[in-house]
Amino acid sequence: MEVCIKVNGRMITEQIEPDLLLIDFLRRHGCFSVKRGCETANCGLCTVLMDEIPVLSCSVLAARADGHKVETLEGLQKEAEDFIGFIAAQGADQCGFCNPGFVMNTIALLRENLEPTDDEIRAYLAGNLCRCSGYEGQLRGIRNYLNSREKKGDIDGTQEI
Amino acid sequence: MEHRKYNAINRSVPKKDARQLLLGKPVYVDDITGNALVVKLLRSPHANAMILEINSSAARKVPGVVDIYTWEDVPQQRFAIAGQTYPEPSPYDRLILDRHVRFAGDVVAIVAAEDEKAALKAMKLIKVKYEVLDAILDFHESKDSKILVHPEKDWFPPVDVGGDAGRNLVASETGGDGDIDAVMADCEEVLDHAYHMKSFNQAMMETFRTYTGFDRYGRLHVISSTQIVFHVRRILSRALGIPKSRIRVEKPRIGGGFGAKQTAVCEVYPAFVTLKTGRPAKLIFTRKESQIAGSPRHEMEVRVRLGAGKDGHIRGLDLYTLSNTGAYGEHGPTTVGLSGHKSIPLYTGGLEAFRFGFDVVYTNTMAAGAYRGYGATQGIFALESAVNELAEKLGIDPTVIREKNMLREGMKMPAYYGETANACALDRCMARCRELFHWDEKYPVREMGDGKVRAAGVAMAMQGSCISNVDVGSATVKLADDGTFNLIIGAADMGTGCDTILAQMVAECMDCSVDDVAVFGADTDASPYDSGSYASSTTYITGKAVELACAQLKTKLCAIAAGMLGCSPEEMCFEDGRVRRINTDQSVSLAEISVKEQVANDIAAVATASHSSPVSPPPYMVGMVEIELDRYTGVVKILDYVAVVDCGIAINPALARIQTEGGIVQGIGHTLFENITYDRTGRPIESGFMQYKIPTRLDMGHLRVEFENSYEPTGPFGAKSIGEIVINTPAPAIAHAIYRATGVWHRELPITPEKILMSMSEKDAEL
Amino acid sequence: MVTIQKYIRAKSLEEAYEQNQKRSSCIIGGMLWIKMQSRRIPTVIDLCDLGLDKIEENEEEFSIGAMVSLRQLELHEGLNEYTHGAVRNAVKDIVGVQFRNLATAGGSIWGRFGFSDVLTIFLVMDTYVELFHGGVIPLSEFVNRKQDRDILVRIIVKKTAGCFAYLSVRNQSTDFPVLACAAACVEGEYRLTVGARPARAMLLLDEEKLLHGGLDPDSVKAFARWASNRIPTGSNLRGSAEYRTRLVRVLTERLLKKLKEEQEWKSV
Repeated sequence: MEVCIKVNGRMITEQIEPDLLLIDFLRRHGCFSVKRGCETANCGLCTVLMDEIPVLSCSVLAARADGHKVETLEGLQKEAEDFIGFIAAQGADQCGFCNPGFVMNTIALLRENLEPTDDEIRAYLAGNLCRCSGYEGQLRGIRNYLNSREKKGDIDGTQEI
Repeated sequence: MEHRKYNAINRSVPKKDARQLLLGKPVYVDDITGNALVVKLLRSPHANAMILEINSSAARKVPGVVDIYTWEDVPQQRFAIAGQTYPEPSPYDRLILDRHVRFAGDVVAIVAAEDEKAALKAMKLIKVKYEVLDAILDFHESKDSKILVHPEKDWFPPVDVGGDAGRNLVASETGGDGDIDAVMADCEEVLDHAYHMKSFNQAMMETFRTYTGFDRYGRLHVISSTQIVFHVRRILSRALGIPKSRIRVEKPRIGGGFGAKQTAVCEVYPAFVTLKTGRPAKLIFTRKESQIAGSPRHEMEVRVRLGAGKDGHIRGLDLYTLSNTGAYGEHGPTTVGLSGHKSIPLYTGGLEAFRFGFDVVYTNTMAAGAYRGYGATQGIFALESAVNELAEKLGIDPTVIREKNMLREGMKMPAYYGETANACALDRCMARCRELFHWDEKYPVREMGDGKVRAAGVAMAMQGSCISNVDVGSATVKLADDGTFNLIIGAADMGTGCDTILAQMVAECMDCSVDDVAVFGADTDASPYDSGSYASSTTYITGKAVELACAQLKTKLCAIAAGMLGCSPEEMCFEDGRVRRINTDQSVSLAEISVKEQVANDIAAVATASHSSPVSPPPYMVGMVEIELDRYTGVVKILDYVAVVDCGIAINPALARIQTEGGIVQGIGHTLFENITYDRTGRPIESGFMQYKIPTRLDMGHLRVEFENSYEPTGPFGAKSIGEIVINTPAPAIAHAIYRATGVWHRELPITPEKILMSMSEKDAEL
Repeated sequence: MVTIQKYIRAKSLEEAYEQNQKRSSCIIGGMLWIKMQSRRIPTVIDLCDLGLDKIEENEEEFSIGAMVSLRQLELHEGLNEYTHGAVRNAVKDIVGVQFRNLATAGGSIWGRFGFSDVLTIFLVMDTYVELFHGGVIPLSEFVNRKQDRDILVRIIVKKTAGCFAYLSVRNQSTDFPVLACAAACVEGEYRLTVGARPARAMLLLDEEKLLHGGLDPDSVKAFARWASNRIPTGSNLRGSAEYRTRLVRVLTERLLKKLKEEQEWKSV
């Protein structure tokens, strides 16, 4: 069957098999940031925005996305640039395999909630698993980013601890 | 010795690959390897069985299937897949495909197809006839059982570690110091308990995967998510029967390891397909495969007999570990030793005698491997719990009892290969942790109403830094032609950031910025030999090699500069990133030297150093946890976890902090949520993240980490290790807090809400 | 991994219903459950273009389309005001936001899964399901029916005046519940639903009139004890029957205490 999906602003029309998953469709089209970490919709690594809503691309049929707009990290580099420096300053990127899903869902969180509390951040990102960082550093990074937006100043990324 | 002020050391620089990772760039195995045959593995549903017959004729007819391999197609030379220095202490007990399958999940056949759908369809059509055998599922019953996991005649151990496949034994030993029986007989208090830590899965986010193809010279080219490129090359050479010189192994970015990838779990299968078909092949494990056929922690039961005086003086420790290595012996002989040797020395301060014995047995369950902590985790859960039990029994504050007995700097450690603790800030870790955690306020149990109770627990830990007299780390440092540097290593950055911290060391030695050091990692063709990233050796061993290589490079740079100034090398010195002629104002920049190096030059501006250490200086840490326990449901909430770590000095404090936080959360996971269980027939129940519950960010409360420095004379810049110790405190600390809240000691992990609730009497739990 | 041969994006409920009468067909909601199964589905029917992703509210009722996501339920102000946050509490621990953006109310209710928090909370309210062929029937009746080839179109919750509360116990914060419970006091009548027993949610009314005189420490204790004897529990990977029975008592007491707080707050 034929599908027509707008991926990162570019219309892609393709003949696909009906059971092709969105994650595989996206990776086929060069969106390697979308990662697979499980088969049970538990890990959040495959998070993309479909019509601006964060979803698990491993559980969406490409056929369901037909006629819809999908964004991956490849298409949100600028928005990601805004805060990833603060995550990097914590060293919380670690192996990086959870990073794209985490960054995508953080972008979704910050679009929805401009001033989230720590609890709200944790709850929103609960579906993004990470095995390396212990989560605390990711929270510190987001918190530092939000504080920097308030202060409207620069935070030195390389702090001596 | 005190640490001096550094320029690039003890600085929290972001990882060199941070932007690439956070922006989702394609840097992992499956992102950088293109068209390849899809390799899938058919797995045994039986815990112990002989394959009588495999009929793949229908499967071969599926369009897109290229070939299917069974036990009849593979070489008959047994090998081990453990990432260990050769000759490995691991028994050679594997074949690529064996007629005898020894755990539910063991590989039965290899399918190679053009696409995944064809491979999966073919797998369903392969008909296998098994003779199902009785299985050993309980490791208590394994030793000297009539059921043998490895009855084959060609099982053999390259190194004698006390194994005997005829008894299901992989390793066995007893040792000690002092007269333990006399000491115990003389002790006023003797505790005797067994502590059971189950098998746990590293659950790194990127599952096992390997790509194999041919390079431009027709050699087997392996791109794998591995921690051990050199060991993989050797393992494949033996398994496939081809020379090592015909194999190249490299690793790109890896999505985590924690020891899982210190075993060649999946490499041999696509390699076999590539050799047979002449085509590139790629095997990506599903999460389910990583879960049921990975390389998890060894299930261990550690029996602790602890002898002490009524005043809390711990005089004797007698440990016996029974370790379950599963169906194959990979890391069985090596993990077990740490359960005693990296726990008992914590109490050197008061210890008069100790004994430590162990047996490592085969069972028909998942083959265990290397997982952060590597046996120390299991031993420390046991010993720290036993010490807490003693403290509670005697009514002595558990931090005070530790201060009374703990290892202190300068002490010789009979239980740790006779090494001396030259750098030990354990006492300061304990004092600082007490302070940060507000131990005096949080230790007393506090009722919060509605059945909720807050309580605290404590544990201390140690690990090692490298495997002494075994691990080799190397580094090549090269002057690049703009006066910057290339660092080439064989150690594998699996996300920890070792690429970055080793670059920081070059920056410190060569007076340059970290950005001026480009790192190239882990390729058997280009990297100098490195055992690999395990045993917490990268900072300590590879780091020292970096230091040594830089020193050698400076000598060469001075020689080149001397030639440029027409004087002798002895007149030159390396200072502030330039080479200066002593007692003159003549100097040469590195950029100028690099230009000279390319014209009429016979001194290469490159140096390689290898390093090993005769000692393995332990890092130390103390962890304290505050929980809130609901006495009516058994649910435990982690509120606050404070850890103070002595890793010598943190080369990169941000990364060291994240290591600690990550390890603590993994520890919380195996204490409260994670579990590996089997049904009656030996089939694994937890088959992915839906059943195997690793902590989410709602499960870990608030973490706080600080460092107490010590100076390790044999380490680079006085540093020791940090990679593994960080997972060792949560289990005993949380079990302690649960005791404080409920009055019940839990000696088996995980400690679930049900176990907690049901262990309290009905009356206690009544509203 | 599920394999599918044909994908139909239904242009009308009639078309969807007609296609669904074939044994080879299956309606997909969030598809989360279906995707994990290793089965072959010849034809899937997608209702995503039928405008069923809206929650409509008027004075009498909430009308929740079958394709409304769990996240929409979580965030809906009206629904959470009516239930004092009980609907949000029922779904907020389910895996993650991304998951809840996909899982549908219709899928949860149609599936009548044992583990379902969604079924547990909806069963305690005055809930009806609108079936394409079978019409509007109470959820309490639907919950025990066998799956057939009808289509769940809407979930209707009558805004009968009442207090609601939801609690669950989980071994890990976003895991399936070990036990899921909801309680309500609707027009003076007390109700309890218990799900993840591990069997699906069942509704228990105050048959012995233990709460007839209102909620006080003794009546609450008595009802909780009675409920724990009445609700059958079983054992599975996540918990034993015995543990669940103890939890029924604990959660029932805590839920009733929450209802009491709500009642007091409302009467102020």
